[in-house]
Amino acid sequence: MSIFLKHKYLIARRIIQLSIIVLYFAANAWGIKILEGDLSSSKLFSKIPLADPYAVLQMFCAGVFVASEVLTGAIIIVLFYVIIGGRAFCSWVCPVNIVTDFANLLRRKLRIDEVERKVWISRNLRYWVLGISLIISSVLGTLAFEMISPIGILSRGLIFGIGFGLVLIASVLLFDLFAIKNGFCGHICPLGGFYSIIGRFSILRVKHEQERCTLCMKCTNICPEKQVLHMIGKRSEFVAMGECTNCARCIEVCDDDALNFDIRLIIKK
Amino acid sequence: MKDEKSAVSARRRFVLQTMQGVGLAALGGVTWSAYVNEAKSAPLVLRPPGAVTENDFMAKCIRCGLCVEACPFHTLKLAKINDQAPLGTPFFTARIIPCYMCKDIPCVSPCPTGALDRKLVSKKDTSGVEKLDIKMSKMGVATIDSDQCIAFWGIQCDACYRACPLMGQAIVIDASRNDRTGKHALMTPRVVGDVCTGCGLCEKACVTQKASIFVLPITVAKGKAGSNYIRGWDQKDEKRLENDTSGGATTITPQSSKKAVDYLNSGEL
Repeated sequence: MSIFLKHKYLIARRIIQLSIIVLYFAANAWGIKILEGDLSSSKLFSKIPLADPYAVLQMFCAGVFVASEVLTGAIIIVLFYVIIGGRAFCSWVCPVNIVTDFANLLRRKLRIDEVERKVWISRNLRYWVLGISLIISSVLGTLAFEMISPIGILSRGLIFGIGFGLVLIASVLLFDLFAIKNGFCGHICPLGGFYSIIGRFSILRVKHEQERCTLCMKCTNICPEKQVLHMIGKRSEFVAMGECTNCARCIEVCDDDALNFDIRLIIKK
Repeated sequence: MKDEKSAVSARRRFVLQTMQGVGLAALGGVTWSAYVNEAKSAPLVLRPPGAVTENDFMAKCIRCGLCVEACPFHTLKLAKINDQAPLGTPFFTARIIPCYMCKDIPCVSPCPTGALDRKLVSKKDTSGVEKLDIKMSKMGVATIDSDQCIAFWGIQCDACYRACPLMGQAIVIDASRNDRTGKHALMTPRVVGDVCTGCGLCEKACVTQKASIFVLPITVAKGKAGSNYIRGWDQKDEKRLENDTSGGATTITPQSSKKAVDYLNSGEL
């Protein structure tokens, strides 16, 4: 029982990730219309539009200026993630997260991390990819990232059938497993980059209590975005960097209760 | 002194590191855009009814699959990685499942981005109310291979004509003399391009091993007479010239710099 309680956030994340996909699948396959569409755009209860703000941004770049349903949907999603933490999408919704977390699990079990790392890429690469995707979208008049997105391929694949998309997902797994730790989600994915920018302003954040910390460093070992935990053992403060995915793995592994979710209000009194 | 010379200044380091990124971004961006450009030009893909032109469609479609979910006949599919259509966009293959031309066009209404446009498939009725009319859809145009169509051989077959939801309007049967026997008629199908919606029911119904009547996108299947030729006996066709803005009607040669009367009188002839 205690092991379930200890991993309550991880279990909650998997349940939410899977039930979102199941709801989409149910709408498509059995006509149960709770959540229709897929992660790029959907309808909640056949009424409330939801849309991927990054896809809508690419659409604007491609030269579509019509204010339509997706714009409303994108605004709703942006506001939602401003509240619960930008990259909460990555760790609580995105199905690719299950694949890359699985790669990380295997890395720990196979002790791949202990081998010297040969390949290095910058974690800022995602912002370059984000910028380039917008340029390509405007030059070619189409949604550049949506043409190759493993997130789209996997989420659509689970809802509508995946075909050879499985090969691409397998390659993301192999990349994260053998080439670079957190290679896709933590370095390349422009959607993660986009939500990182939103995350800088978000309200729900992890807070570190330095007085309680015993410097065991379990949190930085488990964290998929180590650099955001730069304050561990040094200062009591919020994990402010947008790259934090609010996955709560650090909270779970901390035996000293030095990390917890808290409300951060940007406007200081 | 020597040390000062060899040390890389902070400014130089910054500029060089930025340029490193620019170099990688240039190569990555060109590769990516080359792929996107290739992948988005799938000229033979058939879109749902009410789809805007293919170029606009590629800018507007967010790949949510709401049209696919709405289709009661499972005609529409979202393109998987191995399908001959841009990734994640809706399309149909008429020989497998054609469009059954629902009167209420359920696939068009849920589109959140206007990639499927109700206006393209509705017209005003007598009371001035916009009403959906599936007959206005232009998914493609049926094309007949008269070499393989057995009706052109003299074998009696009108499968496509009977299957057509606009029987006698979109596909008509022409009767002509069968010169081989001298006493039978050839009853051959002919597609009326302006009426055909491209639903593909004919392609589905065709009895030859590989369909001898098949739907092609209008941009592929249709020619364009241009403004050089008009039907002088048709007043409506004259109007076509008035609206023509292509400006390609005038051929300029060295001869045409002079007026016809001038060069006829100049004695050069």
